[in-house]
Amino acid sequence: MITTENLNVFAVRTLTQKEHMAPGHRACQGCAEVLAVRLVLKAIGRNVIMCSATGCMEIISSPLPFTAWRVPWFHVAFENTAAVASGVESALKVLMRKGKIPRKKIVTLAQAGDGGTADIGMQALSGALERGHNMIYVCTDNEAYMNTGIQRSSSTPFGASTTTSPVGKAQMGQITWKKNMAAIAAAHNIPYVATACPSYPIDLIEKVKKAAAVEGPSYIHILSVCPTGWRSLPELSIKLGRLAVETGVFPLYEVENGRYHMSLDFPELRPLKEYTKWQGRFRHLTDDKLAEIEKRLHEEYKHLKARAETGI
Amino acid sequence: MGKRVGMEVSIAAAEAVRQSKVDVISAYPITPQTHVVEHLSEIVANGEMDAEFFCVESEHSALSVCVGSEATGARSFTCTSSQGLALMSEITYIVPPLRLPILMILSNRTLSAPLSIWNDHSDVMSIRDCGWIQYFCENGQEVYDHVFIGYRLGEDRDVLLPVIVNMDGFTLSHVIEPIELIDQEKIDKFLPPYAPIYTLHPDRPVTMGAFALPSIFAEAKKAQEVVIRSSIPKILEVWKAFGDMTGRYYQPIETYKAEDAETLLLTMGSFGETASVAVDTMREKGKPVGLVKIRLWRPFPFDAFKEATRRAKRIVVIDRAVSVGGPGGPVASEVKSAVYGEESRPMIYDFVAGISGRDVSPSDFIKMVEKAEIEINEGNKEGYEIYGVRE
Repeated sequence: MITTENLNVFAVRTLTQKEHMAPGHRACQGCAEVLAVRLVLKAIGRNVIMCSATGCMEIISSPLPFTAWRVPWFHVAFENTAAVASGVESALKVLMRKGKIPRKKIVTLAQAGDGGTADIGMQALSGALERGHNMIYVCTDNEAYMNTGIQRSSSTPFGASTTTSPVGKAQMGQITWKKNMAAIAAAHNIPYVATACPSYPIDLIEKVKKAAAVEGPSYIHILSVCPTGWRSLPELSIKLGRLAVETGVFPLYEVENGRYHMSLDFPELRPLKEYTKWQGRFRHLTDDKLAEIEKRLHEEYKHLKARAETGI
Repeated sequence: MGKRVGMEVSIAAAEAVRQSKVDVISAYPITPQTHVVEHLSEIVANGEMDAEFFCVESEHSALSVCVGSEATGARSFTCTSSQGLALMSEITYIVPPLRLPILMILSNRTLSAPLSIWNDHSDVMSIRDCGWIQYFCENGQEVYDHVFIGYRLGEDRDVLLPVIVNMDGFTLSHVIEPIELIDQEKIDKFLPPYAPIYTLHPDRPVTMGAFALPSIFAEAKKAQEVVIRSSIPKILEVWKAFGDMTGRYYQPIETYKAEDAETLLLTMGSFGETASVAVDTMREKGKPVGLVKIRLWRPFPFDAFKEATRRAKRIVVIDRAVSVGGPGGPVASEVKSAVYGEESRPMIYDFVAGISGRDVSPSDFIKMVEKAEIEINEGNKEGYEIYGVRE
């Protein structure tokens, strides 16, 4: 019987064999962030200029004099990737207009983690989205500052234990709720916003292709499972990504010209515990706490679905 | 000879950017730099210049945009002041090792606190060691000229470094001065189009901005140091070429009536012109006083400086910034280091004067020279004070 799952397995084989990020980089076992970046580059192809923020993807790929990048790649600092990419995009525009380089479609891609996007990079990102540069901004969200040793960010989920939101007698992990970056990006009235997860590779690739085709800025928020920071087994990374989606922790949706629609919908969400039980960062959460979190997630999911149904 | 017109210095600077055919301009409004970008936005809006001009959400992004555009092969420009420079300072350190010849005009202005918008050099001194080539201009003509000089030098394949053109905020930026404009034809000959060796382009992928482990960092830093130090002959060569074109020959250290001077005033930036009036007055009274002006701040022209000052008995340094809790003002520290190894070295007295735009008149320079001479004669070897403080 053909099911969605079978179809995905089949479709993955139709993807290009070309790798624009070379093997041999230094990512941890089971890193779903590097998988996400690989897929993003597969979707765009070689005609891209990529700007990365300081973070895991930069550190694993570019120890001088080595590089894992087969496409032009640029790292400047932590908080300014959107601004650097704005400069790249503007230069391409003006140099092509003046005939200094041949006209052709070159995608400007900015990539940053959740810290580099939702915390320190927020201002530069907002500026770039507002100015309307023709670029794709990808946030690879592993829900904490993993590169510096698992410190909390504003994208860390409620209850998660990190080295700066630890579990103690007076506090049970992260005490704030995950910042909704996709909604913030969408509030800039840009043409395309989406959430994605490398556990759904075809969906991710389709979204990146859409983003590349759009005129103007697009934003893709990608949940990237991090075994090191989440205290999970490397071989579970793909499964955990799927569970994040199926439990409503990380719904997959698009916002096209302001109109929401769900990429995947579930009549019934799986219990949150199926997702959290595999992760050491949630180990301390009691059933009561989990129920409280689940309640809020379900409300948010319902709200999102309502938006998708009305289209706004 | 080009046309000589009365023009606000900021507008002349903007005109120089237009004539340099800059591709990307990105800036954030901050006083007193604003007139430069306001005028540039008019030029672009009137279609007199084909450039991508945009206003970003902070100075940090203003320079970051230039980093992106310059790396892609576009001649890029930004300008800032004071707090803006402090905000973008993180990126100023990243540009030189990337070898991106961005040009930035700094309308020098006081760093807070207390908040003050007026002129001194505390902003640029905060990034003294960031690795950009740094010029200090004495008047509007120098600002206009150094935009072309800066791009030509920075983009030279033996140099490939970013350049800061310092102009004193308000004292220069908002003053109307006679500027001799250079014909576009001449500029085009002097400043060829930007032809970088490596750019970000999919046809020839390169990785820029890799990180360095301790095993290679020192080598990378040394390479940067070697490049800026060895750029001095090139700096002189570009000034020579510019002089041959315009008749205005610049030197890293300029002197005025310094040959036989026993006491030398030392200034940087627009104070030079006022100080020269003071020198004239003192000379009329038979006092052997001269003036030395530093035009090239980085790389510091040690040889030229030593040559200009070796016959003097005393140097009276006029600093425009305070190195709080340190050995005096930053220029005096530099100068002391420069002459330390000399067999006979002049005594150095350091005044921090005119901070936050407080007026310093020719008579103040005279007072400072007199005070320094008395102090030095009385054996004060560590002379340093903030001049004119009401106590």
